Amino acid sequence: MTDATTNTGVTPRGTKPRRRMSPRNIMLYGTLFVASMYYLLPLYVMIVTSLKGMPEIRLGNVFSPPVEVTFEPWVKAWAEACTGINCDGLSRGFWNSVQILVPSVALSIAIASVNGYALSLWKFKGSEVFFTILIFGAFIPYQVMIYPMVILLREAGEGLSFITGTRIRLMGSVWGLVIVHTVFGMPILTLLFRNYFASVPEELFKAARVDGAGFWGIYFRIMLPMALPIFVVAMILQVTGIWNDFLFGVIFTKPDTYPMTVQLNNIVNSVQGVKEYNVNMAATLLTGLVPLIIYFASGKLFVRGIAAGAVKG
Amino acid sequence: MTNVTVKDLTLEFGAIRVLDKLNLQIEEGEFLVLLGASGCGKSTLLNCIAGLLDITDGEIHIGGRNVTWEEPSERGIGMVFQSYALYPQMTVEGNLSFGLKNAKVPKPEIAERVARAAEVLQIEPLLKRKPAALSGGQRQRVAIGRALVRDVDVFLFDEPLSNLDAKLRADLRVELKLLHQRLQNTMIYVTHDQVEAMTLADRIAIMRGGLVQQIASPAEVYNRPSNKYVAGFIGSPTINFFEGSITDGKTPEFLTADIKMGLSGYETSQGALSPRPAWLGIRPEAVITGTDVDAQPFTAEITVELFEAMGADTLVYTTLAGAPFRFRMSGQARVTAGDTLRIGFDPAQGSLFDKSTEERL
Amino acid sequence: MAVTDGAGTESARTSAKRPNRLFKNMTAKLASIPMVFTALVVFIGCTAWTIYHSFTKSRLLPAPDKWVGLDQYERLWSTRRWLVSIENLAIYGICSLVLSLVIGFTLAALLDRKIRGEGIFRTIFLYPFALSFIVTGLVWQWVLNPQFGIQSVVQRWGWESFTFDPLNNADIVIYGILIAGIWQGSGFIMVIMLAGLRGIDEDIWKATRVEGIPVWKTYIVVIIPMMRPVFVTALVLIAAGIIKVYDLVVAQTSGGPGISSEVPAKYVIEKMFQSQNLGQGFAASTMMLLSVLVVLIPWAYLEFGGKRRD
Repeated sequence: MTDATTNTGVTPRGTKPRRRMSPRNIMLYGTLFVASMYYLLPLYVMIVTSLKGMPEIRLGNVFSPPVEVTFEPWVKAWAEACTGINCDGLSRGFWNSVQILVPSVALSIAIASVNGYALSLWKFKGSEVFFTILIFGAFIPYQVMIYPMVILLREAGEGLSFITGTRIRLMGSVWGLVIVHTVFGMPILTLLFRNYFASVPEELFKAARVDGAGFWGIYFRIMLPMALPIFVVAMILQVTGIWNDFLFGVIFTKPDTYPMTVQLNNIVNSVQGVKEYNVNMAATLLTGLVPLIIYFASGKLFVRGIAAGAVKG
Repeated sequence: MTNVTVKDLTLEFGAIRVLDKLNLQIEEGEFLVLLGASGCGKSTLLNCIAGLLDITDGEIHIGGRNVTWEEPSERGIGMVFQSYALYPQMTVEGNLSFGLKNAKVPKPEIAERVARAAEVLQIEPLLKRKPAALSGGQRQRVAIGRALVRDVDVFLFDEPLSNLDAKLRADLRVELKLLHQRLQNTMIYVTHDQVEAMTLADRIAIMRGGLVQQIASPAEVYNRPSNKYVAGFIGSPTINFFEGSITDGKTPEFLTADIKMGLSGYETSQGALSPRPAWLGIRPEAVITGTDVDAQPFTAEITVELFEAMGADTLVYTTLAGAPFRFRMSGQARVTAGDTLRIGFDPAQGSLFDKSTEERL
Repeated sequence: MAVTDGAGTESARTSAKRPNRLFKNMTAKLASIPMVFTALVVFIGCTAWTIYHSFTKSRLLPAPDKWVGLDQYERLWSTRRWLVSIENLAIYGICSLVLSLVIGFTLAALLDRKIRGEGIFRTIFLYPFALSFIVTGLVWQWVLNPQFGIQSVVQRWGWESFTFDPLNNADIVIYGILIAGIWQGSGFIMVIMLAGLRGIDEDIWKATRVEGIPVWKTYIVVIIPMMRPVFVTALVLIAAGIIKVYDLVVAQTSGGPGISSEVPAKYVIEKMFQSQNLGQGFAASTMMLLSVLVVLIPWAYLEFGGKRRD
């Protein structure tokens, strides 16, 4: 035998020796580390800037860690930063966002899960057509539909006022925005739920029908308990999506009901006064905190959510 | 009266006709097996009887009542599925009682029926468990129990044993047979496994392309298949076919590749055998070797081409009259490829099929 | 088998109630009303409304009776701001498409090499996707700040002549936005690619190993062709995202310097809600729709046209 191993005088036996620092591994991990720098840099810069005082920012560079850690910019961003005439900080936007978020997430998921359920297990004539329209609708730029939506909401508000006899406004109110989020979140969520319910064995559905359960009985008693993980996925998807929304917020709400993203943009990009970069970065971090917490807490479910919505479609 | 009658049942999916004017009469207490290859419409038929598919035309009667337009739960049926279809979030007890709760059965009665079904199926220790904590066999027992508690007279089984491994399948098959003997319900059972069909059925309905090919007792189906398809479908290893013709003589003979096989004593389905092109089917089990060969009406000398020793018996592959030929020998038989053997059989015990219609002669 | 004839069954036929076709599955139909409303009224109705009104002389209010034909479009295509927007979108679009696919696939392939700490790397690459475009834009505005950001840092390191000032330079401002856009979105593409790679049969890798095909070659010759559907999906998702680019620009540059980083989506919103020139807004948004259709129709044809008829 004249293979390479005999030359070194070692008989090949047991675990094959591996070189930790092989050129291949250096390349691999090197590339990954460089890429990680690109992705992590802005987060790092945000954090260090938000912890510095303005004099230190003017002296140093964006990458240097704070010499003197101060939390004042955070306090200022939360409670004192000005947008226009209001100087009560981002807290107002935060609570506005929460008020928009909770009903939007609940309503959009409730409707979309029933849609997905009906589409996969209770198909009726034309149901596939509506679904196809819905999916294609997901690709229509919002700009195309947004103005007629404004008119629809205004008219619907007036119609409701007329019927109920009390003054109801949908346009410019939280509820109008809730409807908008429900409508535009419907395609992706319906797809998510439809794919999930389509993967439920059909025999389970048949067994429930033999057992005498109807549309809502099967939905609430059998499908809902089974689908809890997908509900969590949908929630992650919606919470981040709605929290991060800017376009609908700026169009469908008024300054005192602006969501956090809109208010953040107004604070940072305001042309008046001296730029306080540390306060800006603290405000930016504060706004990004909610989706970031959800992202880090949910881990795999977040990945599953965005992948399920994308790849299966 | 809990017989099941299917009248002129037609089912179309768009332009495709899955079932075509199908008629079927199942007697009270009968165990009927719907047997066929996948895609033959057997499960579809069962789903129609259960009311899980809306039929295009025809009628379905259960227990003398026309249930064609009724909901599955109103038809007085219980159903067992291949994938068990247990509700994963409910305990075994919840699974068993779900249908009864939907039917607004009083609580004490639910408890009583669940307890009885659990006793019959010996699943009492499992009542508080969730399906995920059960083995395949236990799950299928619970699925059967779910049909049992409904106190119905007609049970529908949709390939209930197909997801189980071979040993468990054989055990549960026996249990099902015992259950039927004990309950005396009408049972309709869909399977593609001919062993299940042969062992369980009072009658087997063999289906193909949405049509019933033959409906008869297992012995009849095996011994007197009504057409060439049924003959080829039933039996393992598959029946041997010879292509040839029936000759015009004093006693009818089958002629294939210059070999003549006497057919005296063949029981015809209709009238006398007239000369025509035909198929002759000989079951591998009908072939005799050894000392009794010479007593057979037909004998031949063959060369063993391949053999499969399976313990209980040995399968021999050879060629006879230009056609591939398989036959079964005792498991103790010592043969090797290349051996020459004398074999014999009675062609009149085989099955003759018309060449063009493939119907039994 | 007892073959029963059809005679004498009429009485049995009438014994059960014939369910009305319309009321059949009624609950499901009722429960789908929100979906039907969204599909018909919003997605079809509102789109048609906008397209129709793009041919009218709407200004402050929609003017459905003042038909002007293609006037709005002619005006649109002779507006410099719109042309800049289109040019920006084209540059941003092509670069973003190529870079997202390349970066997304490369990172996914690296992560798929059974490395240590895959979860950590994946978390790092994907977290920007959880952040809004507003946050993304504001962060990169700061990182690229010429006075304190990357440029000044590199200069202070000793490379005095280094200039990288995209946000103040009209010629390269769109690349500044591109850096931020890629940062936010490429992790998402990586996840899709990784899911695609994980979907590939392990046996393929075993087979190529037995045959001695180098890893890089396996990716190019075997894996990428197998992942065609994943690439197509990624492509469509990136393309749909590109056309919607709005908040990123608003936050990072507000369209500046001057109008050099304007994009169509921003043009539409401003015409509709700020400069009260609805007709221009409708025409511009219809052009956006048209560009989506250019991408979407061939894709839909490829994906569903051939296979659906089974």
